Formats: sequence, C-alpha cells, structure tokens
Amino acid sequence: MLFQRHPTFDGGVHPPQSKALTADLPIRQFPFAPVLNIPLNQHIGQPAIPVVREGQEVERGALLAKPDGYMSVALHAPASGVVRRIGLMPSITGKMVPGIYLQPFPGATQEVQSGQPCNIETASAEDIIQAIQMAGIVGLGGAAFPTHAKLKAPAGKHIDTLIINGAECEPFLTNDYRVMLEQPDEILTGIHYLLNATGCRRAVIGIEDNKAAAAQALQTCLSGKHTSLTGKIEVVVVLTKYPQGAEKMLIEALIGRQVPRGGLPHDVGVVVVNVTSAAEIGRLLPRGLGIQERVITISGPAVNKPGNYRIPIGTPLRFALDYVGVSDSITEVYLGGPMMGQALPNLDISITKGTSGFTAFTDSQTTSPHHVFPCIHCAYCVDACPMHLNPSQLGLLAKHGEVSKMAEDFHLFDCFECGSCAFVCPSHIPLVQQFRAAKAEVRKMAAVHTGADA
Amino acid sequence: MVISAFTAVSIVALLTLLLASLLAVASIKLRVDEDPRVAHVYELLPHNNCGACGFPSCQMFAEALVAGKTAPANCTVSNASDKQVIVDYLHVDAGHQVRKVARLACAGGDNVATRQAHYQGEKSCAAATQVAGGGKTCTWGCLGLADCANACDFNAITMNEHGLPEVNEAQCTACGDCVIACPKDLFSLQPVTQHLWVRCKNLEQGDEVLQHCQVACTACGRCAMDAPDNLISMQNNLPHIRYPASMSSQQPDSTRRAIERCPTGAIVWFSDTGTAQHGAAARQIIRHSALNSEPS
Repeated sequence: MLFQRHPTFDGGVHPPQSKALTADLPIRQFPFAPVLNIPLNQHIGQPAIPVVREGQEVERGALLAKPDGYMSVALHAPASGVVRRIGLMPSITGKMVPGIYLQPFPGATQEVQSGQPCNIETASAEDIIQAIQMAGIVGLGGAAFPTHAKLKAPAGKHIDTLIINGAECEPFLTNDYRVMLEQPDEILTGIHYLLNATGCRRAVIGIEDNKAAAAQALQTCLSGKHTSLTGKIEVVVVLTKYPQGAEKMLIEALIGRQVPRGGLPHDVGVVVVNVTSAAEIGRLLPRGLGIQERVITISGPAVNKPGNYRIPIGTPLRFALDYVGVSDSITEVYLGGPMMGQALPNLDISITKGTSGFTAFTDSQTTSPHHVFPCIHCAYCVDACPMHLNPSQLGLLAKHGEVSKMAEDFHLFDCFECGSCAFVCPSHIPLVQQFRAAKAEVRKMAAVHTGADA
Repeated sequence: MVISAFTAVSIVALLTLLLASLLAVASIKLRVDEDPRVAHVYELLPHNNCGACGFPSCQMFAEALVAGKTAPANCTVSNASDKQVIVDYLHVDAGHQVRKVARLACAGGDNVATRQAHYQGEKSCAAATQVAGGGKTCTWGCLGLADCANACDFNAITMNEHGLPEVNEAQCTACGDCVIACPKDLFSLQPVTQHLWVRCKNLEQGDEVLQHCQVACTACGRCAMDAPDNLISMQNNLPHIRYPASMSSQQPDSTRRAIERCPTGAIVWFSDTGTAQHGAAARQIIRHSALNSEPS
C-alpha cells in the first residue's frame, strides 16, 4: 500500500488545493432572489425556445422553454412566480443574451410541480435519453454540454464504458465532493439510468485521492442499497493532480485509453458524465422533474460565509454575494475556480446550469499582473501540458500573429485551456489568454473564408 | 593509382554531361512562357500585397490584369497616374470602382462610455475580448487596445486621446485588415459616397443605454421616421441605412436630415474630407466632455 501509486495521466500541475474552506460544510438551501434572470442558452448548442409569455404566472418546475432541436435542452421555472420580461441580459461571455426575468411570489409555498416520472424498470434507452433532454440536464461540471446528446453513440461507434467524473480538480470547489458525500444514493440511481440509456456494461467512478471520504461513501452505498449494481460499478481513486477532471485525462487515468487527436470519448468507446449530472438524473427522473436549482460552492478569501449551497438557477450573482457577505477589499470574482475560472466584469450575471461555483479574492491575493518577461525556453510548460503540446512554441507564434501556423502545425485546437502552462511559466507569459485569442481569430478567419466562398 | 584517379574523373565527367543534358532537355520541354507584360505591370503596382483588390498579392493582380480578368481601378493603393500608365500599356479600360473606406461603428471613447471592470492582461483587443468581453460596459463597444491600428499597413488608423481609432480616409485603401482584426466586428468598408453612418452597434433599446454610453443609439427611431423613401429602417434596435442604387438621384441635403433628428449623435454625416459631423440636436445632451468633432 505504501508504494502503491494512484493512477493518473502525464503532465499536469499541483496548484494549492484550498478546499478546506468549504469541504466540511454541508449543502445548504439558498433563498430566492427578488428576480431570477434565466438565460435561454445555458448549454452548448441551440438556445431553448420560450413557451411562456410576459406577464404569465408559472409554477415552480413548470416548463419555461422547450429544446430547439437535438442539441438543446429544456428550461424549467426555478420558482413559482410571474414572468416579468423576456429580453436581453448580461452573460458570462460579456455578450448580451436573451433570457427570461422571473419574479418569484414572496409568499408562495414553492412546492415543486411534478411531471411524468421515468420508470427505470420499464423505460427504453430512447425514453431515458428523451427524459434527460426534457429534464434540461447538461454537464454540470461546467462545460454545460447537453448530457443526452452524448449518450447515443454515433453510427459505427460502440460505447462500452461509462465514466463518472468525480475528480473535481479545480482548487476551492467542493460542490461535487459534497454531492458525493450527501447524495450517493441518487448518484448510483443516476448511473443506473445512464447504464440503461447507453447499454454499457460497466461504469467507473473516478475520484481524486484527496476526496477519499466521498469514495468511501459511494462504496458503502453501493454495497448497501444498490447490490444489483455491484460488479457493474467500480469506484477508483486517482491521484490528486490538476487537470485530472478533464475528460480526456480521466479516461487515460482510469482505463488507459487515449482519445485520438480532435476526437471525442466516443472514439475510444467511452462516455463521461459529471458526478453531479448523474446525481441530478437520479434525483429528477424518478419524479419527472427538471433542473430548478444546482449545488455550487461559493468560496475564496473574500467571502465571509463560504459554503456549498443548493441555489435556484438564475439567482443574480450580486444577490448571492450579498447573502454570503463579502469583504470590503474584494477585487476579483471568478466564475468557477482560480485555474479555469473566468474573471467576471460585473455582478449582474446569474447562476446558470453550468456554474459550479464562484470564488472571490481580495487585493492581497490578486497582485497586479507581473511584468511579462521573454520566453527563456525552460520547457516547464511542455512538461506541464497534459495534451503534450508545446505551449512555448505556440506562445512565440502567438506573439507574431502566426495563428494559422499555430492551428495547423502545433495543434492549437487540442488545447482545452486548463492553464497549466501559464501556471508554471516563470516569465509570467499569459499563454492561455493568447491561445484563446488565437483560436477566436482562426475561427473568425475560417468564417470569413467560408462566407466568401458561399 | 593513376588508373583509379582517371576512373574517378571520368565518372564525374560522365555524370556532369548526363545531368547537364537532362537539364538542357528539361529547360526546353518544361518551359513556361510568361507574358513579359506581367513583369512590367507588376513593376507599376505598389507592392504592398494588401489584398484590397481581392487577389492575394500584387503579382497575382498583375497576372489577372494582363489576362483581362480585372481592371486597374480595382487597385485602391496606386495613384491615378500609375494606373493611367497601366491602361496605356495594356490598352484596357481603366474600369470604375467606387472608393471605399473603413468606418468604425462605435463612438464610445473613454470620454463618453463607461467601463464596468478594470482589465489587466495582454494588451490586445483579441485577448481582452476573451475575458468576459473586455470590461467595457457596452458589450458591443470598442475596447481601445489598438488591434486595428496595429493591423493597418498604411498608418491610416490612429488612436485618439479617448482611446478610439480614427481613420484617415485619405490614407485608407480599404484593404480590410482592420475589419478582420477587430474582435467586436466594428469596422466595415463603406463607399465614400455614402455619407450617413451609424456609429453604434448596441442592440439594447431605451434610454438606460445612455448610462453606459452617452453616444449610443437608443433605438428611438426618429431618424427612420423622417428619412425620405425608406432610406433608413430600424432593424434589431439599430438604424439600417439602405442607399438607393443611383446615388445621384438622392439629394444629399435630404439624407443629411437624419443626423439632425438623432438625440445622441449616434448617426453622423461623413463630409468629403472624412470628418464626422453630428446634428445640432446631439449637442443638447449634457456630457462629461465635448464630442471630439465639431457639430456643424
């Protein structure tokens, strides 16, 4: 045991965990904000189409918007209230996006409207996939990819393994950890649904070794309540290393398969679902409900009452931060954790399905940007890159605006922006930011060219 | 020893002969006849390789000219006398091309537009846009980090004191580099004959917009209501100007009225010298500081 090493992937970094702030705090219910701002596009793909009109009263759990095509999911009312307005609202990307302003009734019981349950014994794979789409379930780890869209293997591909992502490698965030501790039963029910939907014979739950208690809780529940699934579900503890939670890294660590360049987990017979998504499937499908709330971590040194909260979708960040209290010297708020999180330009954006948490920092933690020195070719970034790219070379090309060369010769689009390269760079080169800008430019040039040809 | 030296020399000599004759045959068989006029025309072109003509380089434009696939007027960089030399040399029609210039669809400099966050990081618009839009309150607005000015090969774009790019129309060749460089898609190439221009891309409606930017379009629609012959229509909360095909039939004075009706100065009139003029109504709004160009 002493010399046993938990499985992991090549590369990666070890940022400070900082999870102790909230890891031991149970999930608490968050109150309703005076107005909930619910963007129509909380997922990757087509925005949902509203089925309510301005002034209409809705019950909690009622359908607000229906999916527009296959790459889209439904949207449900997070509270009983009245639709005040359907219009533009600020979003995380900095763009204004269409959304629904819902004003909850202050005195309402907020009882959830029940829908059509999806019986696990009788439902076919198609039924489950449709139920998942209508429940509005997306990748709750942050990517917000519609879950139902990846459950069905494309023609010619066969999925044999379901991987449940409980790695949660991002510093500060403990929402997945708390869900695994408090809702193991629902997670395993969700996995049962997912196994039936995909036709997989086995599921592997990957959990980092700093969350051993969660692995223990799942194991106990598995041998206690879900004996029918024993033998099908395996709980595997992996090494604590960032970005272990990236799906390609987790597949490599757990079952030793490498997703090919530009490919998807389908290509190696795997589908990866976040552990909180599985928990929501297990919680909502038996009752025929849709997502109205999600578990998030609000943490960081600038937060007075850090914790894990079950928060209604659409809660404005300003309201959330007022509730938990923030220090006066707060300077930066990130959507997500400090590694992959996005710095926010204002507090008017709202919590969406893809929001796994917020971290807030004060002046003393976020020093003004370092002076950027030239690349000294130390190759720390090359060692850190989990995708085996050459961030140093990419950075030099970005500096000279050679974006098409970056994309064609140095595999820019394999980068999933984990930030390991910028984290280790002794010259403080903002590599990820350069790559993101370069990707946007390549996409724009491609759009210009196809537009010109058409 | 002597023999081996002789063998070596003769092998090399034979090889030389063989390869030389191969080259001689190839030079005859594989010869590509190039029109000598292409080189001459190429010499008369500006060698900027800016791409404004639609060809990737001046060399390819010269080939197209000689082949009669394009007209000399499509080069927006060379001057009239150089073009005349080409016309005389090739005996072709000079062609006609309406001169275009790059125009920015934003007037929200730091004097009139607010920022909601303090952006620190890579000093480029493309990179700043990736961080939640770049920190400007108006998410459509110009970030002022000069990606367009850096992209311009003709020094036609300079950043003014409010952090807004200004186009020197005399130097602009409409190559389109700034159009591609701007991550907010604020630049577009517009014919100089079309004087009206909407300097705003904010899709919001109502006076709340003015809290973010004092020169934003509030979608009040006055310009569209008073415009002659459906010249202006409101689309997506922004005025959309559609000039009729024949500009000569349109009296400039009647189209100019739109800027007088605009309360915020979002619609401007570009004079022939390339300065933007606001209507008198735009002056009525109380501003933190004056607009940079003089209302007429």
